[in-house]
Amino acid sequence: MEEVCARFVSQKISKARWRPLPGAALQPPDLFATGSWDNEDNRVSVWSVGDAGSAGLNGEYQGEPQLLCDIRHDGDVMDMQFLDQERIVVASSTGSVTVFRHHQNNQTLSANHRWENAHYHADQYTACGGAACTGVICNNPEIVTVGEDGRINLFRADQKEAVRTIDNADSSTLHAVTFLRTTEILTVNSIGQLKIWDFRQQRNEPAQIFSLTGDRVPLHCVDRHPSQQHIVATGGQDGMLSIWDIRQGTMPVSLLNAHEAEMWEVHFHPSNPDHLFTCSEDGSLWHWDTSTDVSEKPSFLHQGGRSTAYISHSTINQSVVSAWLSNDPTKDRMEITNLIPNQTLSVNTLDVLGPCLVYGTDAEAIYVNRQLFA
Amino acid sequence: GVPTPFNPSHSVSAGFCSRKHPMATGAACVFVVRRDQDIYMETLRKLFNESHGIFVGLQRCEEERAARARNAQLVQVSKNYRSVIRACMEDMHQAASKSVLSGQRFSAFFFQVSILSAMELIWNLCEILFVEAAPAGPLLLRLLDWVQLHICDVDNMVREVLSSENPSKHKLFWNVVDIFVLQGRMDEARHLLSKEAIANPTSMKMYKILDDLMKKMPLGNTQTLTEMELKWQHWHEECQRYLQDGTFASNSHMESICKILLGDENAILEKKELMTTWYHFLVTRLLYSHPTVKPMELRFYAQSSMDMFLGEESSPEPLDTILMAAFEFELHQVIKECSVALSNWWFVAHLTDLLDHCKLLQSHNLYFGSNMREFLLLEYASGLFSHHSLWQLGVDYFDHCPEYGRVYLELHIERIPLNTEQKALKVLRICEQRQMHEQVRSICKIMAMKALRNNRLGSALSWSIRAKDAAFATLISDRFLKDYCERGCFSDLDLIDNLGPSMLLSDRLTFLGKYREFHRLYGEKRFSEAARLLLMLMTAHIAPCSFWMTLLTDALPLLEQKEVIFSAEQTYELMRCLEDLTAGKLDRQKFQDDDVETMKVEMLRLALARNLARVIVKEGTLEGS
Repeated sequence: MEEVCARFVSQKISKARWRPLPGAALQPPDLFATGSWDNEDNRVSVWSVGDAGSAGLNGEYQGEPQLLCDIRHDGDVMDMQFLDQERIVVASSTGSVTVFRHHQNNQTLSANHRWENAHYHADQYTACGGAACTGVICNNPEIVTVGEDGRINLFRADQKEAVRTIDNADSSTLHAVTFLRTTEILTVNSIGQLKIWDFRQQRNEPAQIFSLTGDRVPLHCVDRHPSQQHIVATGGQDGMLSIWDIRQGTMPVSLLNAHEAEMWEVHFHPSNPDHLFTCSEDGSLWHWDTSTDVSEKPSFLHQGGRSTAYISHSTINQSVVSAWLSNDPTKDRMEITNLIPNQTLSVNTLDVLGPCLVYGTDAEAIYVNRQLFA
Repeated sequence: GVPTPFNPSHSVSAGFCSRKHPMATGAACVFVVRRDQDIYMETLRKLFNESHGIFVGLQRCEEERAARARNAQLVQVSKNYRSVIRACMEDMHQAASKSVLSGQRFSAFFFQVSILSAMELIWNLCEILFVEAAPAGPLLLRLLDWVQLHICDVDNMVREVLSSENPSKHKLFWNVVDIFVLQGRMDEARHLLSKEAIANPTSMKMYKILDDLMKKMPLGNTQTLTEMELKWQHWHEECQRYLQDGTFASNSHMESICKILLGDENAILEKKELMTTWYHFLVTRLLYSHPTVKPMELRFYAQSSMDMFLGEESSPEPLDTILMAAFEFELHQVIKECSVALSNWWFVAHLTDLLDHCKLLQSHNLYFGSNMREFLLLEYASGLFSHHSLWQLGVDYFDHCPEYGRVYLELHIERIPLNTEQKALKVLRICEQRQMHEQVRSICKIMAMKALRNNRLGSALSWSIRAKDAAFATLISDRFLKDYCERGCFSDLDLIDNLGPSMLLSDRLTFLGKYREFHRLYGEKRFSEAARLLLMLMTAHIAPCSFWMTLLTDALPLLEQKEVIFSAEQTYELMRCLEDLTAGKLDRQKFQDDDVETMKVEMLRLALARNLARVIVKEGTLEGS
């Protein structure tokens, strides 16, 4: 894998996120943030990946991530999300949520705002330790966080107090959260449930609950298809990838045996949603590719004429729609590749944007691949 | 400096900041471990992580069957380790120059760099002698490379001379030529000499002869040993003739070079300051007197070289002792000396493991049973476990210690602090993958207990399911039931309603699930199904006896319905349950403070009787008559 640059960074990486590209930018992302865990002194860091073709500051190997700035973070970085081009929201194992600002002019990071006790265990007297904030998702200016205390918070970036808090939303730990629509979120918990919450409703009950069939294996991550919002993917503690259609039923549409240990993150590619990426405690990172080759279509489509074009168009659409939801053994239509040749320790995090992939491991290394679809 | 207490979590770095100054000349100093030696520790972490990858790769890679391929494989691994050490040195060097360090810390930093450099030096020699096991012929070439790589002052000198306007007039000119000759870098020496010849036409004749001699020197591994020896003998004699003829008499520099070419020890020793070390002297000696030296002959030359070089004034340093042990092919001595001198386990653990893969270490057992490789790996991994973050690396090392690795792992892994659920999950996964069931149970119990105390019943249940801990599941169910009794409604319905197959983990949990189902059926007005379920809970003894009263009380509204729900038989069953319950109670307690209880029993009896009456009539009535 010549396109992959590795860099050992002396801290176990728990989260890595590309900075979002402004508007309809065509160039690949060049900046990402990482968070560490299990250190006495954890850090949130911002890195840049140079353009291919330019030498680094000290003549180092181009393409290797360069540290721009970092800042101390209290507690493990449990989750991280860019709020906008300059601000990063970080969830901590102490239960606090911090908004950091990246100052481009002098390349520094500063803590902009902090919600100190976003997550905590209710009874201070019998409480055994703090409650970590396990997930954060942003839709500028709204920030939603979930935690080990089963609480859901809705913050606004400029407001001190939470806009809305749902206490005891869940009796188990909420592991991850993502936006379904602007007013609805999806959460997954440690008893194998996927829940939809609607903020327009005043009652503190989920709008809908989905459950895994069989054993209630904890779910660790969730992501929604970028364009077809009814398709949701979740990853479980047993490494299973589940695809759900939230328009129908309460059970997953397909279960795919993937990793041998916890699946930590699942991401649909934001602009190529036929591609899905998952990473796991077993040290592997899988690329799931359901995009079908036109040449594999049945022969009648190759005949010329307008009608053919119409058929092929709708068939392609259909294959895109049903690729993830298909109940058929998708083995002949889905290509799955492990992107890591020598796996050792857990891959905790990954992020994809455009042609770029970044992932971080417990072996204290960051990897960047800038030619994902080459 | 301010003394700081020895912090176990810094034991790895403490090991590196060794208590003595083994590698430098001069008095021993004591180094105090400070928390703020972060740059240093950061660089070391890269060393540990990268070498961990190489180590695991070595254990897992399939052994090549052909000896030569296997040898190449192991040499590559050794080179990888060395490049990691060099990268580490480079990083530390850069970090030291970039950061603002005060004088004392600055020198401490460079001291650490010098230790790494010494480690690479030793490892490189071990690679040549043991891993690659270079035979006579290539052996000398490797040793030459080794020397060239590690005496770096030369490059500065060379650059200075070459970049000057008139190199041949530079005061260090002849030093550079000499060092090239001493290191067998003939082409470079000849190149420089040509400049002198141009500048000094009178010495042209001498230059041409010397240049010719240097060009003709046999040096290479493309011929057989006997061929090489023959050629070399021939060449040696030619050099001898020129010297004795007094060809170079007028130019002392060139004459001394010729003497060096002839392997004249005194001439070589004159250039002591240029060579700086006895092992450089050794290699130069061998180059010009015994180029086809066999590995086993090295020891004699090594000892005499060291004696000649050091003379009377200095005694060997620890580094010298280690290198000497290597030249003598005393592997165990090398490892032992390194362990003592370096007082860190990283180096000896990885080197020994590599040598073990080369099948060079006799499996002579140490007195407590495990062999040297395992002992060193265990020590190293234990050190990793005392670090707050590097413990994950330690797991793989323990995995590859067949005798005691598992036991050590079991003991260490229980002591990792579990401050977040995610960390607990990772530790749990490690235990599960190795079938360490006791540790799994223990960790799950700790996490479940914590969750219970924080009133996170769903989390607690999730942990009990993972550990398949029926007893804990019962505990949690009892909590739920207690909550229900106190509040009259269920908390966490999302959990109880969705138990799925995990309901079968414990009887109490099954009861909880079924009881909730009863409530659901009642809420959906499916009364006969609810009734049947309720009765089954008691008669099949799924419900705990303590709960029977509550269940019977729940039956009241069903009995009071306008429509008859319980059949006669079911009513008899209910009555029997009630009698069983009250009979038991009479023995144990008086009813004086249980008026509510008495009233409940009374009401139940009345309701049951009335239901019985109605149902007998209903069942006795013939349809349509």
